[in-house]
Amino acid sequence: MNVPAAPVLGCRDTPVIRERGQHEVFCGLTGIIWLHRKIQDAFFLVVGSRTCAHLLQSAAGVMIFAEPRFGTAILEEKDLAGLADANAELDREVARLLARRPDIRQLFLVGSCPSEVIKLDLAKAADRLSAAHAPHVRVLNYSGSGIETTFTQGEDACLAAMVPVLPATQARELLLVGALPDVVEDQALALLADLGIGPVRCLPARRSDALPAIGPQTRYILVQPFLGDTDAALQRRGAQPIRAPFPFGEEGTTAWLAAIAAAWGVPADRFEAVTAAPRARARRAVAAVAATLKGKRITFLPDSQLEIPLARFLARECGMIPVEVATPFLHREIHGPDLDLLPAGPRLVEGQDVERQLDRLRADRPDLTVCGLGLANPLEAEGLATKWAIELVFTPVHLYDQAGDLAALFARPLRRRALLHREAAE
Amino acid sequence: MKLAVWTYEGPPHVGAMRVATGMKGLHYVLHAPQGDTYADLLFTMIERRGHRPPVTYTTFQARDLGADTANLFKDAARGAWERFRPQALIVGASCTAELIQDDPGGLAAAIGLPVPVIPLELPSYSRKENFGADETFHQIVRALARPAARTAQVSANILGPTGLGFRHRDDATEIAGLLEEMGIAVNVVAPMGASPADIARLPAAHFNVLLYPETAETAARFLERQFGQPWTRTIPYGARATRDFIAEVQALAGTTARPDEARLRLPWWSASVDSTYLTGKRVFVFGDATHAMAAARVARDEIGFEVAGLGCYNREFARPMRAAAKGYGLEALITDDYLEVEAAIAATAPELILGTQMERHIGKRLGIPCAVISAPVHVQDFPARYSPVMGFEGANVLFDTWVHPLVMGLEEHLLTMFRDDFEFHDSAGPSHYGAGQHPGRHRGADAPWPAAAAEAAAATTEAVPAAAPDPVGGTVIWLAEAERELKKIPFFVRAKARRNTERYAAERGIAAIAVETLYEAKAHYAR
Repeated sequence: MNVPAAPVLGCRDTPVIRERGQHEVFCGLTGIIWLHRKIQDAFFLVVGSRTCAHLLQSAAGVMIFAEPRFGTAILEEKDLAGLADANAELDREVARLLARRPDIRQLFLVGSCPSEVIKLDLAKAADRLSAAHAPHVRVLNYSGSGIETTFTQGEDACLAAMVPVLPATQARELLLVGALPDVVEDQALALLADLGIGPVRCLPARRSDALPAIGPQTRYILVQPFLGDTDAALQRRGAQPIRAPFPFGEEGTTAWLAAIAAAWGVPADRFEAVTAAPRARARRAVAAVAATLKGKRITFLPDSQLEIPLARFLARECGMIPVEVATPFLHREIHGPDLDLLPAGPRLVEGQDVERQLDRLRADRPDLTVCGLGLANPLEAEGLATKWAIELVFTPVHLYDQAGDLAALFARPLRRRALLHREAAE
Repeated sequence: MKLAVWTYEGPPHVGAMRVATGMKGLHYVLHAPQGDTYADLLFTMIERRGHRPPVTYTTFQARDLGADTANLFKDAARGAWERFRPQALIVGASCTAELIQDDPGGLAAAIGLPVPVIPLELPSYSRKENFGADETFHQIVRALARPAARTAQVSANILGPTGLGFRHRDDATEIAGLLEEMGIAVNVVAPMGASPADIARLPAAHFNVLLYPETAETAARFLERQFGQPWTRTIPYGARATRDFIAEVQALAGTTARPDEARLRLPWWSASVDSTYLTGKRVFVFGDATHAMAAARVARDEIGFEVAGLGCYNREFARPMRAAAKGYGLEALITDDYLEVEAAIAATAPELILGTQMERHIGKRLGIPCAVISAPVHVQDFPARYSPVMGFEGANVLFDTWVHPLVMGLEEHLLTMFRDDFEFHDSAGPSHYGAGQHPGRHRGADAPWPAAAAEAAAATTEAVPAAAPDPVGGTVIWLAEAERELKKIPFFVRAKARRNTERYAAERGIAAIAVETLYEAKAHYAR
């Protein structure tokens, strides 16, 4: 049923180059920027340093929200001197915060590099604070520290922290795992409803009163490729995974839905009836953009773990040629279905040594480089077109009706260069 | 532990990066976990630099902590030297590396590189970005400056400009131009644009021009002590201070030469009749101490505003700031908590804010226009055009930048006359603002203060400028008719009218405000 044919030679068995060296990446705290919008009654309290606060402010780019639902409890000299005092200080700050924000129902204590190094036990603190502020507020903890997490792994750590405390159920339900923009989540729920699949729950839920329950009859499917720890935590609760390529592009979305449909025994004609129109729409939207992308060479620097599924989409649906696909972590089981479909050819790299990678990049000179914000302008100044990786995490890009938008994100830098260089070319 | 939502300053190693990124031929090896590399984007995105900052991060991970982070640092330092061949290295730790106590200075010395290696001690848990910049520049100067004979022609160094500084790029150009017009050669501009070799020849100048005490005062004091170089105290900001600065430079250089003032427009622009409407507009000034104090002087003495609030976020400058505020009859607001600043602005209800990007957001929420005068910076603070804030051209820029956000002279009258007009009603806002941008739309200018802000105001003693009364509580009520009358007052003065009326009523024990009270208060506060 609509399972895409793997290329003669996919990338499942391609040897992976593993690099260690300077990593030019965000830490997991960055995930707070989208998680605090997604979970509407949650507050994220980073226990860290001025650097953590500065990162959140800088990565947010603009200070859109006058008083956002995140903040940093900045450690000071005296907190380092005695952990007992640090705990007392933390309790005091949390009490003040919750008094000022009665709308908060979930509080995440988020560990940072300094809190990990001084071994401030935030799990114990979360238990203590949960007891103090129950039942109105539940306090959980996870680490978004740079010594343990890379960029999107922050969301993974957050969701994994929620799994053990989700209520139990014996119901046969589908769980969608990973934060999606609400508009895209609604599209997914509508498609699944049309296929007759349900009940469907989401993790994270938008509010704490909609938290999913979980049990041995739960089948779950990831919507984001960076949720390895959450995946493991769900299996520990007895939930069963559905593996599929990730829902990027027409092909990826169809394969993702088909895997769910197979698990729910949806008849082929119904699948066809529900997906035919949006598939055609997605193909049309991608085709309009693919002309710009066809035959262009692309390199991914490691950033979000979205690299392999996106390379698959760009190679198979847009005709791009991946040169190097680097990812912070390659999870064989989770990324396997996408690796099967990614045509053999590109170098696969796990981890980073930024200077060596830039040497390779300058030798390859691809038409487009997907990289972090720190590298984009310097590479542009060297004449290399770039796409900011962070935009792929902040923009609705999943499912059929965003397939064209996703392709357009990659086409825009190329179209822009063509526009600006038109005079020179004439 | 202190809860922070937005911060005015980054950590001290970001200050060190601002120095390193401004310079040439210098490399910074920073012992830091992965994630701290975010700081690169400050320079490549906000400042649009086409080069990566000259920083190598060790990016250690949890698994390295049990192993050997010291060797990781040595490898990084050796690798950075081999790849970039800098004339000198600075080495240090970010907040996390400070905790693991690897001693970057000692480690770097141990590998025996053939160039000077300058260790930095920047305490991350007690100090901030400006300290980091100032201390880094001081250590670089200490390590590299060499005794030298003074240049034959009278010359000066310009000290202070860094990467990511508010208009540093253009201020340095403007002030260098002023000096050259006076027949004074610019020996070195530093840190911005200087190499370690240039730092070595700083002592050849006859004196130093210190533009930003926040980033270079310690270095200036060191050069005075060690090499007998005097330094300028006046910040050439606004027409008057620029003239004072010129007088100070003349004395130091032993010259009577003056730069041409023909291009200075601020005094006439301010004197011309169109500017009459600027008279006595109440402004709240907040930023780094140097910019805020200098801006307050221009606001009062050159534009004719009333300085209704004044403060800074860098406590290192609390003493001069407090003294300056006294001169305006104010208690200085010294805090790095933006909620306190918001509460103070709300209580003061100024007609204009001169602040940072943080105050711009506060202004948006309170419906008060704001012009940005100081770091922390934003991509908009790096304009493509030449746009200094110091020197004569800087004075011109100040006039334009501060006046632009206000409702203009005749427009103000028209809004008053036709305030009930269906198209030209007051909430339409200044005509030169794009839709959605105008200050009154998000939250009426007369809306009650946000609860959080009022709470913060009540919680702090430093927050409320002396001239402003406490926000009036529930003791005075508005009768419906008076409330309607208040709504007829244009939005840009409504908050002030409300505040003045409530103060007037409170002082006289009037419990209910009638239309009469409103006009009595208006007459009382007329000026």
